[in-house]
Amino acid sequence: MTLPGSLDEAVAALAAMPTAVPVAGGTDLMAAVNSGLLRPAALVGLGRINEIRGWQYQDGAALLGAGLTHARMGRPDFAALIPALAAAARSAGPPQIRNAGTLGGNIASAAPTNDALPVLAALEASLVIAGPGGERREMPIGRLLAGLDMLRPGELIGYVRVPLLHAPQTFLKATGRTGPSRAIASVAVVLDPARRSVRCAVGAVAPMPLRPFDAERWVSSIVDWDGERALAPDVLAAFGDYVATACIPDPPPAQPVLDGTEPGTLPPAVLHLRRTVSTLARRALGRALA
Amino acid sequence: MTGMGGMAGMGGLGGTTGAGDIPASVTTASLVPPAVPEAPPHGIGVSLPAADAVAKAQGTFPYAADLWAEGLLWAAVLRSPHPRARIVSIDTSTAATMPGVRAVVTHADVPGDAAHGRGVADRPVFASDQIRHHGEPIAAVAADHPDTARLAAAAIAVEYEVMEPVTDPEAAFAAEPLHPDGNLIRHIPLRFGDPDAVGEVVVEGLYRIGRQDPAPIGAEAGLAVPRPDGGVELYTASTDPHHDRDLAAACFALEPERVKLVVTGVPGAMGDREDVGTQIALGLLALRTGHPVKLAATREESFLSHVHRHPTLLRYRHHADADGKLVKVEAQILLDAGAYADSSSEALAAAVAFACGPYVVPHAFVEGWAVRTNNPPSGHVRGEGAMQVCAAYEGQMDKLAAKLGLDPAELRMRNVMATGDLLPTGQTVTCPAPVAELLRAVRDYPLPALPKDDPEDDWLLPGGPDGAGEPGSVRRGVGYGLGMVHMLGAEGTDEVSTATVKVSGSVATVICAAVETGQGFTTLARQIVQEILGIEEVHVAPVDTDQPPSGPAAHGRHTWVSGGAVERAARMVRTQLLQPLAHQFGMSTELLTIADGKITSYDGVLSTTVDEALDGKELWATAQCRPHPTEPLDDTGQGDAFVGMAFCAVRAVVDVDVELGSVRVVEMAVAQDVGRVLNPAQARTRIEAGITQGVGAALTENLRTSGGHVRRPDLTGYALPTALDAPEVHIVKLVEERDVVAPFGAKAISAVPVVTSPAAVAGAVRAATGRPVNRLPIRPQTAAAAVTAVTQEV
Repeated sequence: MTLPGSLDEAVAALAAMPTAVPVAGGTDLMAAVNSGLLRPAALVGLGRINEIRGWQYQDGAALLGAGLTHARMGRPDFAALIPALAAAARSAGPPQIRNAGTLGGNIASAAPTNDALPVLAALEASLVIAGPGGERREMPIGRLLAGLDMLRPGELIGYVRVPLLHAPQTFLKATGRTGPSRAIASVAVVLDPARRSVRCAVGAVAPMPLRPFDAERWVSSIVDWDGERALAPDVLAAFGDYVATACIPDPPPAQPVLDGTEPGTLPPAVLHLRRTVSTLARRALGRALA
Repeated sequence: MTGMGGMAGMGGLGGTTGAGDIPASVTTASLVPPAVPEAPPHGIGVSLPAADAVAKAQGTFPYAADLWAEGLLWAAVLRSPHPRARIVSIDTSTAATMPGVRAVVTHADVPGDAAHGRGVADRPVFASDQIRHHGEPIAAVAADHPDTARLAAAAIAVEYEVMEPVTDPEAAFAAEPLHPDGNLIRHIPLRFGDPDAVGEVVVEGLYRIGRQDPAPIGAEAGLAVPRPDGGVELYTASTDPHHDRDLAAACFALEPERVKLVVTGVPGAMGDREDVGTQIALGLLALRTGHPVKLAATREESFLSHVHRHPTLLRYRHHADADGKLVKVEAQILLDAGAYADSSSEALAAAVAFACGPYVVPHAFVEGWAVRTNNPPSGHVRGEGAMQVCAAYEGQMDKLAAKLGLDPAELRMRNVMATGDLLPTGQTVTCPAPVAELLRAVRDYPLPALPKDDPEDDWLLPGGPDGAGEPGSVRRGVGYGLGMVHMLGAEGTDEVSTATVKVSGSVATVICAAVETGQGFTTLARQIVQEILGIEEVHVAPVDTDQPPSGPAAHGRHTWVSGGAVERAARMVRTQLLQPLAHQFGMSTELLTIADGKITSYDGVLSTTVDEALDGKELWATAQCRPHPTEPLDDTGQGDAFVGMAFCAVRAVVDVDVELGSVRVVEMAVAQDVGRVLNPAQARTRIEAGITQGVGAALTENLRTSGGHVRRPDLTGYALPTALDAPEVHIVKLVEERDVVAPFGAKAISAVPVVTSPAAVAGAVRAATGRPVNRLPIRPQTAAAAVTAVTQEV
């Protein structure tokens, strides 16, 4: 176990021992270690790297440290900057998890139910990755989550660059219980008045967050960006259905019969998931435009 | 019987109040704190705190997983990844030669009985040729380090011939036998009354109840220590130590006396807590290696190894007349027992006997089956059998009310049973059965305010704080449940417990093998001794099998049987203590009282201390309590199978987001038939805990399987209620009508709220959504009403 004090020291420690595993909040990793599922040869603790525990402003964007905890992101000052990310952080689990779990960990573990992911996808965030020798490269988050690009040996997620849009954003999540739990489905909606666009991402229903581009373009063209943005309920409902059908498409008619349902239709549980996504998207957009 | 000489003539209703000064028959939540706060709390009827409460809250209380011994080895168990397979070969040679591995045992190394089980010994210690469920143990390893043990277990090469599992209990009848004993574990065809009776109104329903897991907060753990005499000691959180010891000894081929089971602290028990098979494996490894061997199960192992609530399929047809009076109930009940019988036979008896609920039903025809499948094993989990049928018969009552256009509470009121009525088993309900009073209490209790009436209050929407809930889509519903459970073992089980009370100086000690599982027995034992002997300081000795047997901690039996034994023993000590004094003063012992360590006579002439009366002597007395015998149900399901019954009424208020199908239980109002409140604080916590477990069964708790494989055996996949899911529980009324045959007149408290609350929640969701709710836990797609109807309203 090493406890580097800076990002470059951490990268150097990882480069020196390629089998070492970086650990920040440890909410996923240490549970696996404690239950004996994982026995890392060594750990590089990221908790003492102060430079990644806060955020700074850069060219109209916020550069968020990967070590920001959910608890910190849930606070009002952060919520004023990036409301949807704050909402996702507040719903990310019980207080013990939110106090320890970090933004970077949420991206690195990349579980489909991780709440920050759809928000970052909707914000079109990019990752600043620290490599050996002080090298920094930047990558859109979607490329990492889609597996189009990977972290190379010795690399660490240092920062997340998020544009500051100065407009309403929402994050809504459906769960199986009232207390903290993983999302069944989640929807993030962000408004970008400068580009006159609505961006939306759906989490938990696929291995990575899904962006319904057609639905985004359609609704962006309807919103009156210079006046009263609110849309009629039936337009919101149509947006919800548009998003849901894009994320959970009908099966092709030729698909063989699955668990007794009619060919060409979805099983009731999947239909309910589609209804859930539709409802979340409708409500999220409605609240963002209200 | 029970040695309740002083109370036997008291009559059923009301009765005199005990030391707690709680008015008989009515207790409200507000009266729960002790009546006289300044007096040191002791005796029956006060809220004596548990002696170990602080240690448990602070985390210093040692459980089995915290134990350690010199030269300790660690065990790991190899479990089957398949639900059904034939074992072609088991090769342990690689594992056995790994450095640090001390022993590997398989079925070939079990010296005694190859199988064990509650009632029927049908479960192999280690699978030899057939795998019958996912997670069945095949071999066990002892090694110097837990990781070595785990790696060695993984290195055991097992060749399987995977077979198609039988996972549909309906298919089990026709499937080829999964076990030499056959697939049908028990069939009860209950016949009561006239099969040709018909009602003017008939409703039918099909209900499915899921697989609730007891999910104890502490996973299974144990330590086995070999003894110099060739025997072995097992340290574990057993809830039925003598029974488990006997099973283990038979498998070890040792006399029961050479196997000692020492009960450690129990970290949560909702039924049979410990998987005996794991303890037997530990014992074998300790005997083989001559070293202490320890195992602390992972959460996954815990889910795979212990027994679950029986998933149940129920088909009902209720006949009623035009006024809503029940005429006939026809039912078919199919319990999925999993691979082994365990306590399925008892669960089925309860399901069949209580299939009609606490209602007067003149004609009943119930077919019950418990069948074997390749699903995870089922067994004793609080309220087994009774919980599943309650959800179904209350669903039927809701349907009947809807069809007749009656209020659901009113329909129930027209049918409730009372003392003297018959169960469909032909047994007369002789104990207090104040069902009408319970129902009236929850029905008349004021409903919680709607948020619009009290906008100051933050409205916690379904989905939680900061969730997706939208007030416009939330509908509120109210539902009722009436439930019953039996107390003590049924159908001729010999229910007996032995207790010893010792007084030495100003300290009394209770020795009784009744396990404290959280039900509060040790606190109750202290209260009983305080009450009878007037001694403040009472200790309860730890439990092991060198003590006489007290039986399992289930069905409220320790309060009754072991509490009765403690009471008798304490009375015998009292007589021994007072006899010489009474003789000296020429008065009977009844004219002397003991309080606060002082003995005084009725006229105040004699006054001495317990210490002086003892004069350095130790007084010991041992007594037994054995309630009146019961009989098995015969081949038409008839017989006096139960010692007594407890009843409960619950009114659930839920909020449902009808688009997302998310449900939040706002309030549970409960009225319960408790006989007598012995410890108000404990009674309250037991009811709250039971309601919460019931809400879990109603909404989230279901151990999912697909093709016999357990899916997500962890606490993320298996969603227990959190603090935000636990509803506000309002104990509206505790009816204290003493059960004259029970010691102190007290009834079992813990199980009946678990049985009743899922039915009430289901009824409330029905009322909120207008949808048929016939499956537990309630799935979001069930609770989501037709979307089009709602969007128009919004």
